[in-house]
Amino acid sequence: MADKIKLGFLLLGGCAGCEMSVVDLSENLVDALEHVEIVFWAPTVADVKYDDLESMEDNAIDVAFIDGMIRLDEHIHMAKVMRKKAKVLIAYGVCSALGGTAGLGSLHDKKDLFEKAYKNTPTTDNPDDVYPQPECLVDGKYNLTLPVYQDKVRLLNQIVDVDYYIGGCPPHHSHVAAALNAIVTGQLPPKGSWITNGKAVCDVCDRNPVNKEGDNRAMLYRVLRTVDGVPEQDTCLLLQGYICFGPMTQGDCGASCLKVNTPCRGCGGPIPGVEDFGAQAISSIGSILKDESVTNQLREKYPNLSKFFYRYSLPSGILPKKM
Amino acid sequence: MEFEPNIIGFACQWCTYAGADLAGNLRCKYPPSVKLIKVPCSGRVKPEYVLKAFAQGADGVLVGGCHFGDCHYKDGNYKTKNRMDMLKQMLEEFGFDPRRFRREWISGAEGKKFAEVITEFTEEIKELGPNNKLIEEVV
Repeated sequence: MADKIKLGFLLLGGCAGCEMSVVDLSENLVDALEHVEIVFWAPTVADVKYDDLESMEDNAIDVAFIDGMIRLDEHIHMAKVMRKKAKVLIAYGVCSALGGTAGLGSLHDKKDLFEKAYKNTPTTDNPDDVYPQPECLVDGKYNLTLPVYQDKVRLLNQIVDVDYYIGGCPPHHSHVAAALNAIVTGQLPPKGSWITNGKAVCDVCDRNPVNKEGDNRAMLYRVLRTVDGVPEQDTCLLLQGYICFGPMTQGDCGASCLKVNTPCRGCGGPIPGVEDFGAQAISSIGSILKDESVTNQLREKYPNLSKFFYRYSLPSGILPKKM
Repeated sequence: MEFEPNIIGFACQWCTYAGADLAGNLRCKYPPSVKLIKVPCSGRVKPEYVLKAFAQGADGVLVGGCHFGDCHYKDGNYKTKNRMDMLKQMLEEFGFDPRRFRREWISGAEGKKFAEVITEFTEEIKELGPNNKLIEEVV
């Protein structure tokens, strides 16, 4: 039997949800282990340390998955190390591909975020204004360090070359299975592309009126938030007034949010050909709002449009942070 | 040296662009600050274009279309309005002064209005000062 394909997983600024998707493969993962071998999985699953990765030979890992965005100098360093050790590097999950929800932090500065996190939350008691410092001398002799916080969120491809992208927050396990299958069978697309079925969420959504006979698309005559009511089952959410990003999002998830009455928020990444998710969302949604009053309704219901339209993709936009 | 604003104007070929032509024919005077880009319809202007102009250092962006009811393609300018109103709010959230972005309805017969809009816009941008170009730092 040929050598097994060596995989590595590395979590940077993320929540490890993408790695849960790998675990969710369950029996499929067991089957896949006939062909693949996981040689590095940190800091979540395996008992390995960053040093172990640094001491590996270059190109020792065949395919590396990195999930999470880049916010600390530690992330930058580890991404560069992983790039050296891996033959193929995959930005796995929407955080490392587009920035993710954590990417919205780029709309605030460090002072804002630190004050919110370490002082102003109701459950925080911090009368002396103690904030994390990159260096701290304890007892005059122990110099302790923390990773240095960067001024904005970066994407993996702004630090190192990325071979493939996988969207999703987290990627649906069936999509992970398809990606692993492509790796094992050597059917990967050209470098630099997304691993995707290339269809929009609407394309795979059962609610899409175009997929049903006798139904038509129509303009939106009102805007609702999900807290404003319970959407009707089986009817397109957009037609009911619930803003849904299905038209411009990759549907590798199989429209799973739509199956549970929840509008798409774009975690799958933009469909091929779209450069800037938020701008495309404005363009698409703007063209189906019936008139000015509906636009105003949308702006009232969503007072912060950039955080709405760029929910998962702000650092990947043409304007990647607050200017 | 005095600051000369650099304004990018997206002009619908059926109205605003014709209006600019007329402004020339009428010998209307307006500052040479605007770089006009002819588009088939103001509805063709993707929000991406505006963001790109700002990211690359434009001091102001103007989107010019037909008056309501006059669109050559019936409803292109209605879509422009929806999109550009949302975009304007988003630009504000990104830290831009909303006065840097304008959408105007200027018909082919309104050469004078075109000259006035450009003059006024240029004065306003002069007050606001230059926009900082987005510079990507190398890590």
